[in-house]
Amino acid sequence: MTATTHSPLLSEAGQAVERHWRELAGRRRLYTIGGIVFMVLAMSGSLWFANESNAGKFFDRLPYLFDFVGQMLPRDGWEIWRALFDLPSPYDDGSLKYNYPDGRIYLTETFYLPEYFYKMLETINIALVSTLIGFGFGFVLCFLAASNLTTRRWLRFFVRRFMELLRAFPEIVIAGFFLAVLSIGAVPAIIAVSIHTIGALGKMFFEVVENADMKAEEGLRAAGANWTERVWFAIVPQVMPNFLSYALLRFEINVRASTIIGAVGGGGIGEALRLSISRTHEAKTLAIILLLFCTIVAVDQLSAWLRGRLVGRQAFEFGRGG
Amino acid sequence: MTETEASAIVARHTDVFQRPLLERFRAALIIAAVALYMVFAWWLFAVGQVISGGNWDIAGSYLADWVSYEVRPDIEYDGDALDVSFPRFSPLGDDPKPDWVVTETATVERRSATTSAAAGAGSGQTSGAGFLGSLDTKPAAKDDGGFLGAMPSASTPPETPTANTAPAEPVATREEAIVSADVSFGGDTHIRVQPGFVTVTHKGETLELDIEEQIAVNARGPLPDWASQRAPGSKVIARFGFAGRAEIEDDEVKIRRRFLGWENFFFDTRSPYWGMSAGQVLGTILFGDRIEEGRSNLAVAWDNIVNNADWQHGDVWLKLLQTIVMAFAGTVFASLLAFPLAFAAARNIMPNRFINHLLKRSFDFLRSVDMLIWALFFTRAFGPGPLAGISAIFFTDTGTFGKLYSEALENIDDKQREGVRSVGAAPSSVQRYGVVPQVLPVFLSQSLYFWESNTRSATIIGAVGAGGIGLKLWEAMRTNQDWENVAYMVLLILMVVFVFDNISNMLRQRLIGRQ
Repeated sequence: MTATTHSPLLSEAGQAVERHWRELAGRRRLYTIGGIVFMVLAMSGSLWFANESNAGKFFDRLPYLFDFVGQMLPRDGWEIWRALFDLPSPYDDGSLKYNYPDGRIYLTETFYLPEYFYKMLETINIALVSTLIGFGFGFVLCFLAASNLTTRRWLRFFVRRFMELLRAFPEIVIAGFFLAVLSIGAVPAIIAVSIHTIGALGKMFFEVVENADMKAEEGLRAAGANWTERVWFAIVPQVMPNFLSYALLRFEINVRASTIIGAVGGGGIGEALRLSISRTHEAKTLAIILLLFCTIVAVDQLSAWLRGRLVGRQAFEFGRGG
Repeated sequence: MTETEASAIVARHTDVFQRPLLERFRAALIIAAVALYMVFAWWLFAVGQVISGGNWDIAGSYLADWVSYEVRPDIEYDGDALDVSFPRFSPLGDDPKPDWVVTETATVERRSATTSAAAGAGSGQTSGAGFLGSLDTKPAAKDDGGFLGAMPSASTPPETPTANTAPAEPVATREEAIVSADVSFGGDTHIRVQPGFVTVTHKGETLELDIEEQIAVNARGPLPDWASQRAPGSKVIARFGFAGRAEIEDDEVKIRRRFLGWENFFFDTRSPYWGMSAGQVLGTILFGDRIEEGRSNLAVAWDNIVNNADWQHGDVWLKLLQTIVMAFAGTVFASLLAFPLAFAAARNIMPNRFINHLLKRSFDFLRSVDMLIWALFFTRAFGPGPLAGISAIFFTDTGTFGKLYSEALENIDDKQREGVRSVGAAPSSVQRYGVVPQVLPVFLSQSLYFWESNTRSATIIGAVGAGGIGLKLWEAMRTNQDWENVAYMVLLILMVVFVFDNISNMLRQRLIGRQ
């Protein structure tokens, strides 16, 4: 830096400061360089390992990536439209690839729901049911885990660990277990997503409860209210907007999660997507991706709007991955 | 308070005491609506039907498999004698002689033709599972004259399944054979098998069964509530809770005895260390003679653990490392790419509105096309493995980070930038000294948070083909027999998530301080 050129003019004390500053800057630089070297080593090691253990090598497969993108293009743009709305295709040769009208779900004699819309609705319903179940159980559990409402330490400890376990337990294992017991379908997906949701929402809820204003609770306590009455009349009205907005956020995540669980056998649009990608039905794949994309954007926007109305513009985006 | 005072308060605060009907019953209405929706969902997904159609018996045994293992000897009736056999890959190794199966031998006359019929009639075992695995004419090295003392004398085995092809001549031979087997299930639970007659004792009750070979199983007296029979004469299933169960059929008794624990966790049955206690293993490694030429005992032990056939430790660890690498590399790449892009997308830093919008919409696109879609897409492109996972996480998180970073950039304090600019710094220096110090801790903390949550996501997308422990987990679950391996992998995943959670929390607290 330019400061070093002035050093001869500095007083004794000034030189001490200067020396000290240099030491600090040097140490800081050392840490930065050390950190960068460590990251570079870790990254190159990781990438080498990933490449070695992959079925296809990165540089061998790279040209095929674009081939694959080319394969994803349908014969004409309207095919996506036809696949999406189950309209008959002019290329229909009796194969699974072009049998769009077969998937129609007739609600009345003439009015039908296209297959992928039905599957998408199924996925959304899985997400909604799981969110509601998670909300219900999380709502009950969170008051038991909050330190300002539950004085018994062992109960709090037990409830918190229980919720942590529900949250950290891989969803895929719960889904796999119930798929084995109940056979393929939406119910295993609901169970798996719900269990994760109870843990995730419960944790967020009890943090909200712990930050609640306790004055109302004290007032009720002074009037002789019991625990349930205190929670219901003093805490719940305060925390409800936050609870709802977290539940909406969770709903967004659950739509994605139930799509993924669907892909491993949990029914809904995820399964349709996995099948059509693996069978290279390009028009169907693109139709599903388009539908999924629009739905996710719509759900995100709707939930952001509702959350904005509930709690004002608070940044809840952070923490969505949990 | 008098009544007039109370009514005065009510009159003054009508908005509190006389709320509109809708508002008063809002909570009840919402709850009713949710309940109605749940009924609808119950109907839509046919929940009742699915749950009642579920195989809950199997669910119990799958759950028990998480922490225990079964040993499955079959006792076949063979004329006047019995055959005790274990499946080939029994957790007790080849030729097991467990002390809970007590057999008595006697000299019997038997005809070889009947045995081939009995062997042929064996129920749905996979071919090559070796019914008579225990009779594989082992050299008498293990001969201890113990419970199956008749075994060595069976060097002319009655009939192996391979001999079925030869036309069986009814030749009568006299030999030592098992005439009675007593299987203990711990406690007072016993099964005593004799040709034509089986006694089951459990909870102080005794069930006596007459066996007409190949024809029927008939109980003497009523069945206790722990035993069941679908139709008269068909097989009787006796359930002893966790200890296991027994199926008494008209041609054999299938024993399923369950033991708590993970069997052969370190050494499989082919390892020279198999069956040793921890002290013995340590002793052999430190002081024992070399088991194999050219390799130390420690190397042999390590090799046997890593290549354990039941638990596949080496492969599981490798797959777990793949998952960790997927999350790590994906997150780092996404952060690196999102960092410069976020500057271009932030309105207060890049004045060009068109570029702002273009970048923000592409972030939204990357984020909204789900990680699953990216994972399926890249699995097709790169083949199954961590490359697909890295790419999927990279694409999704570039969108997420771009959005989060550019929002953080738009919320910075402008004074620092003005200060740096006012001394005449170049635009790049303004960003470096005026902006980056403010946002870097936030950026890093967000990346760390997602690194940890991506470790979890990487497990899930692994199952659709993106490699790592997710795929391994999924394969283990699909077989429906390796639930103890699933439990092991879940435990490893939980440990990794726990450790990463703590590391990420610790680093974040050091970066941004305790909130």
